[in-house]
Amino acid sequence: MDRIPRWADLALVPLVSLGLAALISALVILAIGQDPMEALNVMVTGAVGSAYGWGYTLYYTTSFIFTGLAVTIAFHAGLFNIGGEGQAQLGGLGVALACLFLPWPHWSLALIGASVAAAVFGAAWAAIPAYLQAKRGSHIVITTIMFNYIAASLMVFMLVDVLRPEGQMDPATANFPEATHLPTLNQIPGFNLIFTKDVPANVTFLIALAAAWVVWAILWRTRLGYQIRAFGKPGAAAHYAGINGFRITMIAMLLSGGLAGMMAINNVMGEAERLLQNSASGAGFIGIAVALMGRNHPVGVVLAAVLFGFLFQGGAELGLWTKIPIELRTVVQGLVILFTGALDYMVRMMLARVFALFRAPAEAKGAA
Amino acid sequence: MGDAQYAIELKGISKAFGPVQANRDINIAVPKGTIHGIIGENGAGKSTLMSILYGFYKADAGQIFVDGKLTPIPDSQSAIRAGIGMVFQHFKLVQNFTVLENVILGAEDGPMLSTSLTRARKALADLAREYELDVDPDALIEDLSVGHQQRVEILKALYRQADILILDEPTGVLTPDEADHLFRILKGLKDQGKTVILITHKLREIMEATDNVSVMRRGTMVATVKTADSSPESLAELMVGRKVLLEVAKEPANPGAVVLSVKDLRIKDDHGVERLKGVSFDIRAGEILGIAGVAGNGQSELLAALGGMMKASGKITMQGVDLPLSGKGADGQSRRAAGIAHVPEDRHHHGLILDFSAWENVALGYHNDPAYQKNALFMDNDALIADTEKKMARFDVRPPIASLPAKSFSGGNQQKIVVAREMERNPTLLLIGQPTRGVDIGAIEFIHKQIVALRDAGTAVLLVSVELDEIMSLSDRIAVMFDGQIMGLRDPATTNERELGLLMAGMNGEAA
Repeated sequence: MDRIPRWADLALVPLVSLGLAALISALVILAIGQDPMEALNVMVTGAVGSAYGWGYTLYYTTSFIFTGLAVTIAFHAGLFNIGGEGQAQLGGLGVALACLFLPWPHWSLALIGASVAAAVFGAAWAAIPAYLQAKRGSHIVITTIMFNYIAASLMVFMLVDVLRPEGQMDPATANFPEATHLPTLNQIPGFNLIFTKDVPANVTFLIALAAAWVVWAILWRTRLGYQIRAFGKPGAAAHYAGINGFRITMIAMLLSGGLAGMMAINNVMGEAERLLQNSASGAGFIGIAVALMGRNHPVGVVLAAVLFGFLFQGGAELGLWTKIPIELRTVVQGLVILFTGALDYMVRMMLARVFALFRAPAEAKGAA
Repeated sequence: MGDAQYAIELKGISKAFGPVQANRDINIAVPKGTIHGIIGENGAGKSTLMSILYGFYKADAGQIFVDGKLTPIPDSQSAIRAGIGMVFQHFKLVQNFTVLENVILGAEDGPMLSTSLTRARKALADLAREYELDVDPDALIEDLSVGHQQRVEILKALYRQADILILDEPTGVLTPDEADHLFRILKGLKDQGKTVILITHKLREIMEATDNVSVMRRGTMVATVKTADSSPESLAELMVGRKVLLEVAKEPANPGAVVLSVKDLRIKDDHGVERLKGVSFDIRAGEILGIAGVAGNGQSELLAALGGMMKASGKITMQGVDLPLSGKGADGQSRRAAGIAHVPEDRHHHGLILDFSAWENVALGYHNDPAYQKNALFMDNDALIADTEKKMARFDVRPPIASLPAKSFSGGNQQKIVVAREMERNPTLLLIGQPTRGVDIGAIEFIHKQIVALRDAGTAVLLVSVELDEIMSLSDRIAVMFDGQIMGLRDPATTNERELGLLMAGMNGEAA
């Protein structure tokens, strides 16, 4: 029954969890005979120590915002969408088709077209599990996981047999035409004062922030969001209220898949500028951790996405500048997910005890 | 057992949850070999006090004496060791275990079950003989009636050598006959020197069964009196802190045209079992039709079908228009559009979303109301909050904070939020299930008044309740349900509890 103040719940719990994850990570680095302080130094300098580093961190952040929002909106409908990875890959297919086969006069129009294509393809990939859940009761966790594998196979087929230009060795599409290339942050007026060198973070970052606002507005300011949240809560109050569960399941999953798909405008259109195999490279799964850590709130998702962007970029730097293998990045991420997600309750209970110690005397006075 | 005068003595017990002082300097002494009632409104601190006694909560201050000895009770194991047994309102039984298996659960001696089972079988036979506690030891819990399940809970406590038995709202789920039997069992326990603490909000039970009664109000113990020296009126006044009208004051009904006509309503559940077996009745404008019956005899299904929450067959006609019972149009939204408001039986599962704020709950089911929309895209949360504050003021919801989550309100105030939401729509037909379940006396009086006022304004009211007193005092006509059928219609002025009790048990003098 012991409670902790809201500020501690929102800020202190994640910070303590992160501290614990960092501590264990340090022990792991010690165990392989390396210096944890040096590792931390390399990660911080490499990821957030310079505008150039931020240019990479924010690039990863952008992808994670989209996949984190995708998990968030489904979560509020009581649906656990594990299929972000596959939906993002399908989004990439949509982006590739739009960029390669439609003549775009300007990048801004191409961006709108590709965004729509990415969202439609991602949503379509989520639609089948959503329908199976809503009509047949097939569990969405199982079906979305399976659809990740189906998506991976489909992409191999598309890239090897359909979209690969003749004579090209690797399974990928041709390069997208010049007119579809998105401006990176160093090419955008204003941002170019901060980012002087060429960085992968691009205009999609701003779209991701806008998407976070839109998700917030949908969930907490519209009738649809009200129905999604009512449907997602335990109990059958939504049924009592006459909210159509089939409709809400479908809409929430389409929005979720669409958001996951839109990640592709960041990495496929904004960075690679062609579609490669395994384009989502795990961002769909990271999105689950991001949503978990961000408490399924868009603001939290953005902050958690920055953290995971930092881990991604910092981890890559480790592989470049130290003898610590790049795989350690996965270990650190795993620990962060473990502590912020799975062991969240443990940290919360520990803090609740601490707060109870401080509060008990104060309240005895107040009650008298 | 020692020879102290009191079985239980609590001295200076205090407990706070955050800013809420649930118990404040509670002193109570329960003489050995008596039945001691504890009454109080919801949120008065009865359950907290008993939870402290049973080791679920740790008191911030105070001492517990069991049998004259200072006995700290940090967990329920210690409570059991001290000879305290508890029968919860919601039974803690394993449904697909037998009675015997449930009794030994957690009290097995040794690795082999057979020794425990043999011992328990003999002990159970003794207990059954001694206290009228006969239950088939090999029956599965799921096959037992609620009354028998409760006996299993009592047996569990006695098997663990309990000398002090605490029962939390034990009669909520029982028929009048089963309740009488329970009180006979309690008297038998008392005669054998056991001590019984009975927590209830029903004054009639206190008067009937207890020797002494302690009254709690807002976390404090306001009085302990001999039951023989008190009256229901004086106890109610002590509980609420002001004079309370126990009888509902109402004029005779002035029924108008038929509002809802139900014909041959049938419902099959997911297992293909028929839950409603052809129910027919009419309700007129300006009358209250009460549906009496023991819980689980089809009343819930009846409400669910009328409220658009459950598929059914048959025919329902609302003011001359047939309403669909399955497929399109058989949902809560369409029913609300037809002028039906619905206060569901289970406010935690259906009526409220506990994590939502009060104002979000006021929109539940009415989220499409144009008054709550700012424009085509956005809801007007400010208007919704203002509307909620108005409703909270009119229904005296405390605290009147629209942004507070529903789970932070007491049961009575939660129910007021639901009732306010549904009644303020001025519905043509009001479906209201268990309007005062888990609601304190002050709020009961208020909700009853509102129901009568709505009736007088011309609304047809279908009232479902397992509280016979409530049905008798509010209804203009009473229908009794048993096993998915209406056993008979009675006039509350000419019937009595005995007759209704027989109908509720499925015995119909006219057509046996």
